[in-house]
Amino acid sequence: MANKLIVETKNLTKVYDSTTAVDNLNLHIEEGDLFGFLGPNGAGKTTTILMLLGLTEPTSGSVNVAGYDSTREPLKVKSIAGYVPEKVGFYESLTASYNLAYIARLNNLPEDVVKKRVAETLEIVGLADKAEQPVGEFSKGMKQRLAFADILIKNPRVAILDEPTSGIDPEGINQLLDLIAKIAKERKMTVIMSSHQLHQVQRICNQIGIMVRGRLLVKGSPNQLGKDSLGGSQFKIELQLTEITQGIIDAINRVKDVISVDRMENRLLVGCSKDLRPQIARAIVEANGLLVEMKIQSYALEDIYLKYFKEA
Amino acid sequence: MRGLLTVFNKELADYFISWRGIILFGVVLLTAVFAIYGPAGALQNIRADLTSTSQFGAAQFVFLRLFTTSGQSSLSFLYFVSAFLIPIIGIAFGFDAINSEKNSGTLSRLLSQPIYRDTVFNGKFFAGITTIAIMLTSIILLISGLGLSMIGVPPSSEEVFRLFLFIVMGTLYGAFWLGLAMLFSTFLQRVATSALATIAVWIFFLIFMAMISTFIANTMAPINDTSTTQEIFRNIEIQITASRASPIFLFQEATTVILAPGERTASELLQLLQQSSGGGLISSTLPLGQSILTIWPHIVTFIAIPTMLFAISYYKFMREEIRST
Repeated sequence: MANKLIVETKNLTKVYDSTTAVDNLNLHIEEGDLFGFLGPNGAGKTTTILMLLGLTEPTSGSVNVAGYDSTREPLKVKSIAGYVPEKVGFYESLTASYNLAYIARLNNLPEDVVKKRVAETLEIVGLADKAEQPVGEFSKGMKQRLAFADILIKNPRVAILDEPTSGIDPEGINQLLDLIAKIAKERKMTVIMSSHQLHQVQRICNQIGIMVRGRLLVKGSPNQLGKDSLGGSQFKIELQLTEITQGIIDAINRVKDVISVDRMENRLLVGCSKDLRPQIARAIVEANGLLVEMKIQSYALEDIYLKYFKEA
Repeated sequence: MRGLLTVFNKELADYFISWRGIILFGVVLLTAVFAIYGPAGALQNIRADLTSTSQFGAAQFVFLRLFTTSGQSSLSFLYFVSAFLIPIIGIAFGFDAINSEKNSGTLSRLLSQPIYRDTVFNGKFFAGITTIAIMLTSIILLISGLGLSMIGVPPSSEEVFRLFLFIVMGTLYGAFWLGLAMLFSTFLQRVATSALATIAVWIFFLIFMAMISTFIANTMAPINDTSTTQEIFRNIEIQITASRASPIFLFQEATTVILAPGERTASELLQLLQQSSGGGLISSTLPLGQSILTIWPHIVTFIAIPTMLFAISYYKFMREEIRST
């Protein structure tokens, strides 16, 4: 992962009147990453995104996107970065293809390319048959796909999506997320996606940053985050036995990669970094224990996420 | 530059194909027809004028009289255009220019494209001005066409130039209303509020300004039955000066000079009266050069005020943070 950094912020701070929206943020995103930007509402995600694009000026600190200073050269940043705001709007009385073509023209695409690119892009997001319909007739999900088309048409190096899934039905969410992931892979496009819904981010992102109250609490791959925050145990195995003896506990403890064994009345909770159910079962049998039930829970990031929220 | 052209084209197309554009063109058409055929229309009056050329100079600039006669009614074409038509067009194209895009979320989409922020603002402003110019030109051409077929007197080259000057002045005047409306749409978040605010300013100038200027004049130079001519002159002078704070009055004054060279504006009359104590009132028409010279301050004002309004909204718009929520 010796990729080039595409986004780099140094002590980025934004203060509104008296509240600090973004507090000394040092964010590094590598080219080709699918970065999930997590945090509750009002954590400063949107403000950070606006600063990345040069749509608002930082109070202090610096932002670099693909080597351009977003504050000084916003136009250069905007020509290589596509952005879908949270509440995306289209000219409702104009057709989907006109809305897209307008964006294409603002990106200085020559007129003969515009038409071709519009048709292609609408095809990709599955709106080709709706090209000549006014956007006012579109559903929320279709609008979000059109918004993604808005990004694709300029073929950017970075796509920044602010809450792209808000207000769409679960199936639509999955379709959209899969589409984003697919395109990102095909075009080797970096994606920065903000959300407060963890499972959505988890679905496609290989890097996650959790932001709370203007600060980036943690950043890393989902697996890495799991290991760091839960002392390495990503799985919890719950055992029910006819009888619990110290011998059994010791036997389980001797199994490789078991991190902790806790006794809760007639149950045992085993923390481990891998799925060790077969090994544990054998250990119990060998220690003459009788196993009644065995359940495994993988630690969803949800728990990590909630844990950070509580800490913050 | 290309970005500006793109925004300009889109906005222009929007103005023309939108309902508001269609309605306003309907109003333009009606205005033209009324100016010619209406009960106080030009046709009747010009016929009357031509048959009884009693007044010296009335036979001159017959073609221009299509636009200026008011006959029995006080609602002449010139008055209607200056007090109602142009302000309405300017306000209609500007009152929601910025805040509706902000509210619908299209603005943040636009501004995340590689264009300068002012491109959006300038594109809208220039598209608005262009639409106003097109509307004024079409109204003048319509009246000219209808009038020409009726009276059969073609316009002289000077008359054509004066009409052209009227369109230029009208467009600048429209730019004032457009600029004012866009100013409110930049500062006020809600479309309804900005529309009301602009209409309030318009009504203020249209109705209350006359009362206020009379009040100021009567306070500063009270007149009664025993007042001398000088006192009365002074009262009128103050009243005119105060009225000039209203762009409607200013525009009417300027266009009267352009389109009715035989008539005198109130302030010109006042000057003449003061100089010659009412003795030798010259009733000849004013040459084109003199007309332009007379309204030069008006032209400058109408360039300066829209520029100022534009600059204020531009400044505010450039510094603003655009959020989509």
